Amino acid sequence: MNFTYWSWDTFFDALPFVLQGLGITVGLTITCYLFALTFGFVWTFLRRVPNKAFNWIVTWTMEFIRSTPPLVQLFFIYYAWPMIPGVGFALNPFASAVLGLGIHFSTYVGEIYRSGIESVDKGQWEASRALNFTTLDKWKKIILPQAIPPTIPMLGNYFIIMFKEVPLASTIGVAGIMLMANTYGAQNWAYLEPLTIVGIIFLVLSYPSAVLIKKLEVKMNTRFDKNAAVKSDQKGAVM
Amino acid sequence: MSEPIVKFQDVHKSFGDIKVLKGINLDIKPAEKVAVIGPSGSGKTTIIRMLMTLEEPTSGDIIVDSTNLWKMEKKGKMVKANEKHLRQVRGDIGMVFQHFNLFPHMTILENCMTAPIHVKKENKEEVRERAIQMLDRVGLGDKLNNYPSQLSGGQKQRVAMARALVMRPKIMLFDEVTSALDPELVGEVLEVIRDIAKHDDMAMVLVTHEMDFALDIADKVLFLDEGVIAEQGTASQVIEHSTNERLQGFLHRFRR
Ligand SMILES: Nc1ncnc2c1ncn2[C@@H]1O[C@H](COP(=O)(O)OP(=O)(O)O)[C@@H](O)[C@H]1O
Ligand SMILES: [Mg+2]
Repeated sequence: MNFTYWSWDTFFDALPFVLQGLGITVGLTITCYLFALTFGFVWTFLRRVPNKAFNWIVTWTMEFIRSTPPLVQLFFIYYAWPMIPGVGFALNPFASAVLGLGIHFSTYVGEIYRSGIESVDKGQWEASRALNFTTLDKWKKIILPQAIPPTIPMLGNYFIIMFKEVPLASTIGVAGIMLMANTYGAQNWAYLEPLTIVGIIFLVLSYPSAVLIKKLEVKMNTRFDKNAAVKSDQKGAVM
Repeated sequence: MSEPIVKFQDVHKSFGDIKVLKGINLDIKPAEKVAVIGPSGSGKTTIIRMLMTLEEPTSGDIIVDSTNLWKMEKKGKMVKANEKHLRQVRGDIGMVFQHFNLFPHMTILENCMTAPIHVKKENKEEVRERAIQMLDRVGLGDKLNNYPSQLSGGQKQRVAMARALVMRPKIMLFDEVTSALDPELVGEVLEVIRDIAKHDDMAMVLVTHEMDFALDIADKVLFLDEGVIAEQGTASQVIEHSTNERLQGFLHRFRR
């Protein structure tokens, strides 16, 4: 084994190199997240289709996606998908990562939406009906505005969890900070400093996000209930 | 005699194996105030929920303003009504629930404005004016920008009434609207209903356990028992002079 000891020269040499990947890492996280937030709705509404067989298929597809490692899904989309005759086509690494991680996390997001929707009181649906709302308006004006805010802290947690999974994309060649650190390490035979930098970047970005989410949680809960601030503090920590 | 605005014709309702309503026949005239009384579990709520289209009858017909509520004509045959048909008929009906069901994410004024604006596509300024008038009428003109969570139960229920009234229904349904309230708040809510009943010319169906109140405002009282209308007539006939034993037993329990 060949040990490299800590060197601040290497650290400051590696820092700008690794930071070149920051835009991609953050960009990929945000894109994946937006994809998951949107696609989560697709799962939620597919699951509400009142057909037993269809419901069963959707539920098990979600379960399958959730119980398979995201790395496998990433490899599948990037390497295996293009080889399937007829339907397959090649995607660039970034798009593959968005699809792979986005779909994976959309199943969790879909579950969160579902829990939010189920938490809306039955009386709200009945009042919407009594006031003769259309189905679309009922969702837009009454159900979702009540279902989504309470889930925002949970959705925020998934943002951070997902952020931490994004380095997986380096394995299919997405040039985020992880790939940059690896490349630097291979070229200079110095892994300690660049990987430490990656760690620090994640800490520096995750921690404020977690604090922000906590703030959002309190804000969401007190939005139309002055007494709820207390309740949200008891509900538990972020992450 | 004017045509009834609501007709129940041999309406039955079962939940699974449980037969809740066993042949309801009922006429309600426009502007008529009908009180429905009866023991818990006798199907009072179910009757008005069917009228509000929250529950589908198992058999029979409900006619609202000459239109069959749950059935529509398609290629010369009567088939189960679709949502479009239900929406058309439902527009004439408003309901106040036992547990208020106000929209917690909206202010009181917004609660009263959202349906006229989004459902009936009315002019926003006109609706605002009307909503404020209505909230004034139920005594909440000074709480327009409060959220429901900041109100007492009695206040919430009065908002719920204003919210239904702004839609200008021809038929208003009240399902035990005071039974979730603390006793000291019941009076203020009954007062508002009394005011509506005396001054508005819509039909009203009230499920209630407030016998004196029913006696005061109802043109007709129905005693529902074991899935049928066991007794009906004017308030004084039913509440004060009936010889029906089960009704007397029921009233005896309530008038103490
Ligand atoms: N959705 C439902 N599913 C099953 N049973 C129901 C449902 N709604 C009402 N019931 C039953 O129907 C009967 C009548 O209920 P309801 O109309 O609420 O009575 P009331 O309002 O007179 O107390 C009760 O036995 C109740 O348990
Ligand atoms: Mg009831």
